[in-house]
Amino acid sequence: MDKLNNLKELLNIHNLNNIEYKKITKILKREPNLLELGIYSVMWSEHCSYKSSKKWLRQLPTKSKIVICGPGENAGIIDIGGNDSIVFKIESHNHPSYLEPFQGAATGVGGILRDIFTMGARPIAILDSLRFGDIKQKKQKYLLSGVVSGISNYGNCMGIPTVGGECYFNEDYNKNILVNAMAVGVAKKNKLFFSKATGINNPVIYVGAKTGKDGIHGATMASAEFDDNSKQKKPTVQVGDPFTEKLVMEACLELMQTNMIVAIQDMGAAGLTCSSFEMAAKGNCGIELNINKIPLREKDMTPYEIMLSESQERMLIILKKGSEKKAKKIFDKWDLDMSVIGKITNSKKMIIKKDNNIIANIPIALTEKKTPEYKRPWIKPKKVKNIKKIIFPKKNKVKEIIFELLKSPNLTSKKWIWEQYDHMVMCDTIKPPSYGAAVVRIHGTKKSIALTTDCNTNYCKHDPFIGTVHAVSEARRNIIATGATPLAITNNLNFGNPEDKKIMGQFVMSVKGMIDSCKKYSLPVISGNVSLYNETNKSGISPTPVIGMVGLIKNTNSFYKKNLLKENDKIFLVGKKSNNISCSNFLEEIILKNEKNLGSPPPLNYNEEIKNGNFILNLFKDNLIKCCNDISSGGLIISLFKMLIDKGFGAEIDKNFINNVMSDQIFYKILFGEDVGKYIIVANNEEKVKKIAEKSKINLFKIGITKKNHLNINNEIIKLSELKKKFENNFFNYINN
Amino acid sequence: MKVAIVVFPGSNCDRDIAWAIKKISGYKPDYLWHKEKNFRNYDLIILPGGFSYGDYLRCGAIGSHSPIMNEIKKRSQKGTKIIGICNGFQILTESKLLPGSLLQNENLKFICKKIFLKVKNNNTFFSKKYKLNEIINVPIAHMEGRYYCSKKTLKELENNKQIIFQYCSNNGNIKDTDNPNGSTRNIAGIINLKGNVLGMMPHPERCSEELLGGENGINFFKSIFESIN
Repeated sequence: MDKLNNLKELLNIHNLNNIEYKKITKILKREPNLLELGIYSVMWSEHCSYKSSKKWLRQLPTKSKIVICGPGENAGIIDIGGNDSIVFKIESHNHPSYLEPFQGAATGVGGILRDIFTMGARPIAILDSLRFGDIKQKKQKYLLSGVVSGISNYGNCMGIPTVGGECYFNEDYNKNILVNAMAVGVAKKNKLFFSKATGINNPVIYVGAKTGKDGIHGATMASAEFDDNSKQKKPTVQVGDPFTEKLVMEACLELMQTNMIVAIQDMGAAGLTCSSFEMAAKGNCGIELNINKIPLREKDMTPYEIMLSESQERMLIILKKGSEKKAKKIFDKWDLDMSVIGKITNSKKMIIKKDNNIIANIPIALTEKKTPEYKRPWIKPKKVKNIKKIIFPKKNKVKEIIFELLKSPNLTSKKWIWEQYDHMVMCDTIKPPSYGAAVVRIHGTKKSIALTTDCNTNYCKHDPFIGTVHAVSEARRNIIATGATPLAITNNLNFGNPEDKKIMGQFVMSVKGMIDSCKKYSLPVISGNVSLYNETNKSGISPTPVIGMVGLIKNTNSFYKKNLLKENDKIFLVGKKSNNISCSNFLEEIILKNEKNLGSPPPLNYNEEIKNGNFILNLFKDNLIKCCNDISSGGLIISLFKMLIDKGFGAEIDKNFINNVMSDQIFYKILFGEDVGKYIIVANNEEKVKKIAEKSKINLFKIGITKKNHLNINNEIIKLSELKKKFENNFFNYINN
Repeated sequence: MKVAIVVFPGSNCDRDIAWAIKKISGYKPDYLWHKEKNFRNYDLIILPGGFSYGDYLRCGAIGSHSPIMNEIKKRSQKGTKIIGICNGFQILTESKLLPGSLLQNENLKFICKKIFLKVKNNNTFFSKKYKLNEIINVPIAHMEGRYYCSKKTLKELENNKQIIFQYCSNNGNIKDTDNPNGSTRNIAGIINLKGNVLGMMPHPERCSEELLGGENGINFFKSIFESIN
């Protein structure tokens, strides 16, 4: 084997440190060759090894009665009764999307979809949680357009509806945008597939797109050692082909109907290297690969390039010995390459051969055991200073304020985005994107699932612990507001450089917040992804722990039918009237404007959250709710408006709810405060709702009644048509100007 | 009644149409793989929406050269009813079974939303259960749905009442502002001269169930069932 020259430079390029290199030589009992060094570098990368985060992630609650499979597999699985299970996960594609927004986002969607169908599930929904910088900047518009087109292109072509997500703008993301994609699938419980390789001599097969030079790890490397021919380096961002992925998905789902598969895994980050290694490691066996058998897109690829390529739309499958021909028939039908590239062995080693010579020989179990894990030093984030005394506007400014708030790209309608996504294909989208969680039916059953992603950046920035508690709680409220029972979460932890004590502190506190809230709500974390180093020139993003949540509706028909709104329907607030304005959009957009400190996020009372949530679910069960929304960004009025506008209604607010006798402060806090734990409902039967509230000691206030043509708040009348026009056009104006 | 849905590699509305037909009529259609050349007689063959062959080259272009299309052309001459929805419409124009072509939307973006259609001819196999000039609410979901044809063809389409559906406002005005993709004369669906081949961009299968937010598509399917039986 070749000796390595210029070790220091090589380690630098491979992002390995001296200690890690010594570990490698200890495991191998010799120096690695270039291919082996490359393999270690990707396997021990932060992205694949979770070396900075593992210590903390381990503490997350991951088990419950409904969890079939927690973190560690391609995606998590939960039981939804009968023979049905839901498979879901969220994953980031932040760095590539900044470099090449269209392909970065597209392959992000492609990757997460593979994670889902790998488990035996047919994907039924996609959600995207996006963060961009200042929308007024040209660069950000370019990134936004590219990312949305990329998601649209991939998801639409796959025929899987993109049903929800969120998109938030803040200059903290100017240099590092976030693209987190969540996918959800449905599988039969007795037809689930895992990645644990077993069965000595079982064939290892490669399926799907050919391997090319795209996405080769850290391919910024320019030194001659990596590319003897000094050929032009291809971009490090992978290129997606949703058509091929659609074929791969259909072929795999067809193969899964047979009994030929032992184990299956997609080739995601670190491509063939990680997938083959992980499969063997899980089965505690060895694996032998023949590099000559790998289908290549271009000639003259080195083993190094082949093993580290991140070309998309490729799968690795361990078949039962003897079933190769039958399997090939299926892949032939779908015009896909299938190649037997190796076998499972009992050597407990990963052996790679080329022309019958061993070119890499890595002990699997030992490498697993010795994977670096860091206890990064961290410090608790500082408490934010209290905000200065706020001077509230006079009470007759409500109309002006609503129009001003709806100018914010964060509060205005995002139709421009979601009308580019096919959100209806598969004919199961019961609640399309607009506000709150989406609802998607499980095909051919009465069951539906509610899906959401959430993270309030302002809250997390001002207090990562309570901010994350809020993210979990808000996701939970979104789910409950559709009538669904929250079941489990997936998370995407987006942070800056973990080697910075302050940032590690944000990460630690955020995970602690998640642990605390998930335990309180009995919500298991079943999958997730960590994206660190979202940082440019020493300036990191705001901590952004995105929570993806899934809930279940057992009988869809019972409350998604015949609950049409009428004029003069009664609207109620469930929960106390808001008495807090800090960290709100009102404060940010109307009062403080360019001020960075928005104060501490509002406090959160778990008991109240749980009590109010249960109350809402009970009302749904008894068909006492016509529609429901939780109160979040923008406060009561904005949440109310968003809930009613698509149904063609406005509202008239009761004099008992707000009035001129109140102080300006109380008045505005009630209307625009973002205090948590609250819901707005349009009741189906006023008396019954009141009775149940009284019995369960729930705070219930009548807000007012629905109105066909206007919004009347304290005698300020806003025409619905005018408001709707602004709400729907503001975002288009940002893009077009 | 014998109905088949063609599955091209990349089709993705095949299951949706089968679902809608089953729900409305109780009948379960067959799927036909695009490589098939010999198959039994069908009263109706549907080319579903999706991205046949990834829509590489040009939408529907490769699909129109698929092995099954030769046979479908022959059957259409014999009078078999053929429907192309969305990508299926694109394949039908590429195959010259219908005149004109479908270009990229005027705004150069994929558009998925509910729009209003006016039924301009209800004297066809595909629209007889609608009233003349009825306004229906149906979703579209496409990137290349801008119908385009020559002036001569347009005149023929108009004279022969081949325009079945036009994009309109909620009260039936057919104006540019209610044209979601820039189609010539707001055209959303047409038939051939013989009256047995229909192509349309909107998706009636997506609005054939109250739970999905609308039932305006049901009469589309009912029209066809009635014509066949």
